[in-house]
Amino acid sequence: MSSPKPLWNPYLAGALLGLGLLLTFVMTGHGLGASGFTTRLSAAVSHTVAPTATESNAYFGNMVGEDVNPLDSWITWQVIGLAIGALIAAVSAGRFKISIDGPNKLRISARLLLAFLGGAIAAFGARMSLGCTSGLGLSGAATLATAGFLFLIGFFATGAGFGLLLKRYWR
Amino acid sequence: MTLPMTISSVASGLIGGLIFGFALERAGFASGCKLTAQLRFKDWAVFKVMFTAILVCAVGLYVLDLAGVMTFDSIYIPTTYFWATLLGGVGVGAGMAIGGYCPGTSVVSFMSGRIDGLVFFFGLLFGTVGFAGVYERLEPLLDALPGPEAQTVPELLHVPTWVVLVALIAVAVTVGWLTRDKSSQEVCKPTSLRDAGVPMGAPRGAA
Repeated sequence: MSSPKPLWNPYLAGALLGLGLLLTFVMTGHGLGASGFTTRLSAAVSHTVAPTATESNAYFGNMVGEDVNPLDSWITWQVIGLAIGALIAAVSAGRFKISIDGPNKLRISARLLLAFLGGAIAAFGARMSLGCTSGLGLSGAATLATAGFLFLIGFFATGAGFGLLLKRYWR
Repeated sequence: MTLPMTISSVASGLIGGLIFGFALERAGFASGCKLTAQLRFKDWAVFKVMFTAILVCAVGLYVLDLAGVMTFDSIYIPTTYFWATLLGGVGVGAGMAIGGYCPGTSVVSFMSGRIDGLVFFFGLLFGTVGFAGVYERLEPLLDALPGPEAQTVPELLHVPTWVVLVALIAVAVTVGWLTRDKSSQEVCKPTSLRDAGVPMGAPRGAA
């Protein structure tokens, strides 16, 4: 198998990302996101498993119901685009490969447990702040919103703290 | 022409998303190792990509506003709720350091074949349901200390927008210069499935 193509220069990738974000603002008046979709998907899954409890839930309640499909939203199409764009990029660069990333001194089971735990914590955080790294950190900061920068400060300070704590599990 | 345009949500979502996903993958952000290497200060690509993207878009929005083509009033600017916004950042930061990703990059990760990215994504759904379960009890905290609606940093500091843009460009250039040699592209190699199941000490690059 030939080796994958090198990654792009970070400034080039960042410029493309910034132009894509700007184009999204021009097309829709708002930026890019991700956790809006995972929230709607969670509501949909929760509604399938436990319809009554989900409909009476204070957070999910207004996203679900008889005639309401929580996934019927702009963000669903955007995340489908995100997934397709990532797949095209990975395949065309020869980087698509079934594999497991994560702290490489840990067993696979421990890595997957950390991935699940990290996902749960990240989602809880993103729901508190009404946005994740994409919706608030990237899109919010691009509008120079105070909220975007406050989010990024919390994100980076805590991320670096935990990052250094977990450093020993990386080669 | 008035902006933002009214374009169908399917088309605009797919176009914006395609560029988003493509750029993130080409930046190397499908890799939890690469993303968290920033948090271990081994690789500054996350900072450079994020800052460049924010600046390119912010300068573009500024120019469109100056030209009167698309003013800041016509775009969505999030509002600060001090504790909710800050603690949300804390949660997403901790989640990335522990699990390797954020919501968007976990999708990029599993679309490049990484199983931990998919597991992170399932974790997101679990965490969201958990949040919904305690939402009512958290509401007082979430609503506390709201800032002025859609406040921007130039408004907060009472300075012109261009001053903030120049300051951010100065930060990006300075950090970029200081970290110009830091890239761990060769260090990050995910474990292929052939090696999976082998505990610590598996030979690197054996696949």
